[in-house]
Amino acid sequence: MTSIPKELDPATVPPGCQPIITVRGLRNSFGEQVIHDDLDLTVCRGEILGVVGGSGTGKSVLLRSIIGLQTPDEGEVEVLGENMIGREEDEAKNIRRRWGILFQNGALFSTLTVAENVEVPIREYFPGIKPPLLDEMASYKIAMGGLPPDAGPKYPSELSGGMVKRAGLARALALDPELLFLDEPTAGLDPIAAAAFDELIKSLQRRLDLTVFLITHDLDTLHAICDRIAVLADQHVIAVGTIPQLLALDHPWIQEYFNGPRGRAAADSYEEGATA
Amino acid sequence: MAEITEQETDQRHGSVYRVAGTINIARAATTQREIDALPDPLTIDLSDINRMDTVGAWIIYRTVRDRGAKVIGASRDEVSLLKQVGEFDKPTRVVPDEPHNFLAGVRELGEWVVETGQTLVGLLGFFGSTLIGFGNVIKRPTRRFRLNAVVQRFDVVGVRALGIIGLMSFLIGIVIAQQGSVQLAQFGAEVYTINLIGRITVRELGTLMTAIMVAGRSGSAFAAQLGTMKITEEIDAMRTIGVSPVEALVIPRIISAVVMMPLLAFWSMLLALIGGGMFVWLSLSIPPLTYIQRLHDVIPITDLWVGLIKAPVFGFIIALAGCFQGMLVQGNSEEVGSRTTTAVVQSIFLVIVLDAVFAVFFSSIGWV
Repeated sequence: MTSIPKELDPATVPPGCQPIITVRGLRNSFGEQVIHDDLDLTVCRGEILGVVGGSGTGKSVLLRSIIGLQTPDEGEVEVLGENMIGREEDEAKNIRRRWGILFQNGALFSTLTVAENVEVPIREYFPGIKPPLLDEMASYKIAMGGLPPDAGPKYPSELSGGMVKRAGLARALALDPELLFLDEPTAGLDPIAAAAFDELIKSLQRRLDLTVFLITHDLDTLHAICDRIAVLADQHVIAVGTIPQLLALDHPWIQEYFNGPRGRAAADSYEEGATA
Repeated sequence: MAEITEQETDQRHGSVYRVAGTINIARAATTQREIDALPDPLTIDLSDINRMDTVGAWIIYRTVRDRGAKVIGASRDEVSLLKQVGEFDKPTRVVPDEPHNFLAGVRELGEWVVETGQTLVGLLGFFGSTLIGFGNVIKRPTRRFRLNAVVQRFDVVGVRALGIIGLMSFLIGIVIAQQGSVQLAQFGAEVYTINLIGRITVRELGTLMTAIMVAGRSGSAFAAQLGTMKITEEIDAMRTIGVSPVEALVIPRIISAVVMMPLLAFWSMLLALIGGGMFVWLSLSIPPLTYIQRLHDVIPITDLWVGLIKAPVFGFIIALAGCFQGMLVQGNSEEVGSRTTTAVVQSIFLVIVLDAVFAVFFSSIGWV
């Protein structure tokens, strides 16, 4: 094991950081299998944090622990200043109102149209908002998610994979969240659609002043939009930092990940794009 | 929270909407109501706003769009947010169009007729493909017959249903004996209760009640299992690997239902007779040995054949309807539920129709 410099240690809060998610000493296990042990992570307001890790390192479990779908064995999780451990669905509503989540497969309600899906959180939290304002809100959120207007009255089964992701994003944005969780947003999209989706997330983040917690495998996404990257391996976050900072470490998995053929290709294309 | 500092109304110059603080989704409904209450021409003064989200911006944007309101005192950030939401003004509909005219009813009836016709044709087609599947299995039984799947289904459809079917039949036996004895007592003919129990359970109720239970228990499970596999694309995956879903999924289920139905029906008859026997023993003081002797005298063997011949046919119908509806599932999870319901309703209905046909048939060949 290499030693991690202090500024890349996940337990360190970077200077000028206003923590919006704080995870300390998290431990998750399923039976005998330990997924996380003593995991620390801080997400700062206004950043796009990418979480990477090999398959089975518990990226999605980490997300589920943060948003309260999984009760960890040990540890503390604080989101927007509120403890999230062991909270039931009907608790901590003031927090749930301030985040939006895009699940890996969209998790759209299959019996509702796209527009109705977007309206669900609004109806739940603000029953006072009635049509036509409600329908107009759904319309502009759908446009924000990058969907054409004719997608509104369609059912999820009539959508392509990329459109499902965009509809899921529109629903995640329904309540004007401060914090956006994205679980592999570009998985299953073609490279052009994935690049467009990255661009969409980046521009929404700028416009709406979002904090984004993003799980991904997509090296292009990491290069293009992430401010910092957390590397999950050996049951905890081994380091958090920018790609150049991480490359300075000689951890084998990090080196293989960013310096493997795909990592190099993504880095090269990004550098070309940046200089062009 | 925002507070309204001023709402000026003046007939000549129109009204001014001036709020202070935050204008966001939490205040959306109130803000909209307040704006709606003010007469045109309207001026919106944003100089005291310190925080605005896209919902607040949208409400102001739509007021400007629809009522030609004037916005004053907006900061640079607020102007850019207003412009941004304006870019997303692409109206969409919430639900698909549905024509609302007097022809809608007629059209629905027509669709229903066509759908029913298609279902019948589809069921016939499914019956055909099942027969072909059976043909293939019979031609090369060693390779195509899936013994494990069939045995596993025997367990699920048959063995695990013994308890519930036994209990149900036992109770029905008691009910028939009790109701029958009350009525027959009026003629002083309580002893004929045994004829009633014996003939009705063996000839009709044993098989029919078992069929209804199997339809509810296994027919629905077949539809739900196959429907879920359809949605998760497991059936497509099977097809591409070269495994015929009819051979792998449908035939084991049909075989299990066809084989298990007569056995369960016999079990049901037995338990109903025991239940009735318990009642006549305790209530009419007819000892078990006499009861068995009477049953032997009054039940013709043809009654047993009538009951047992019907059973596999019912099993076939139940499994066929369940698998057919399961394979018809498309699209979303709600359809699994509705197809499962249809499978149960369809199979029970078909079972009762067939039961009537059998009743006429057996009477006419002299098995009365």
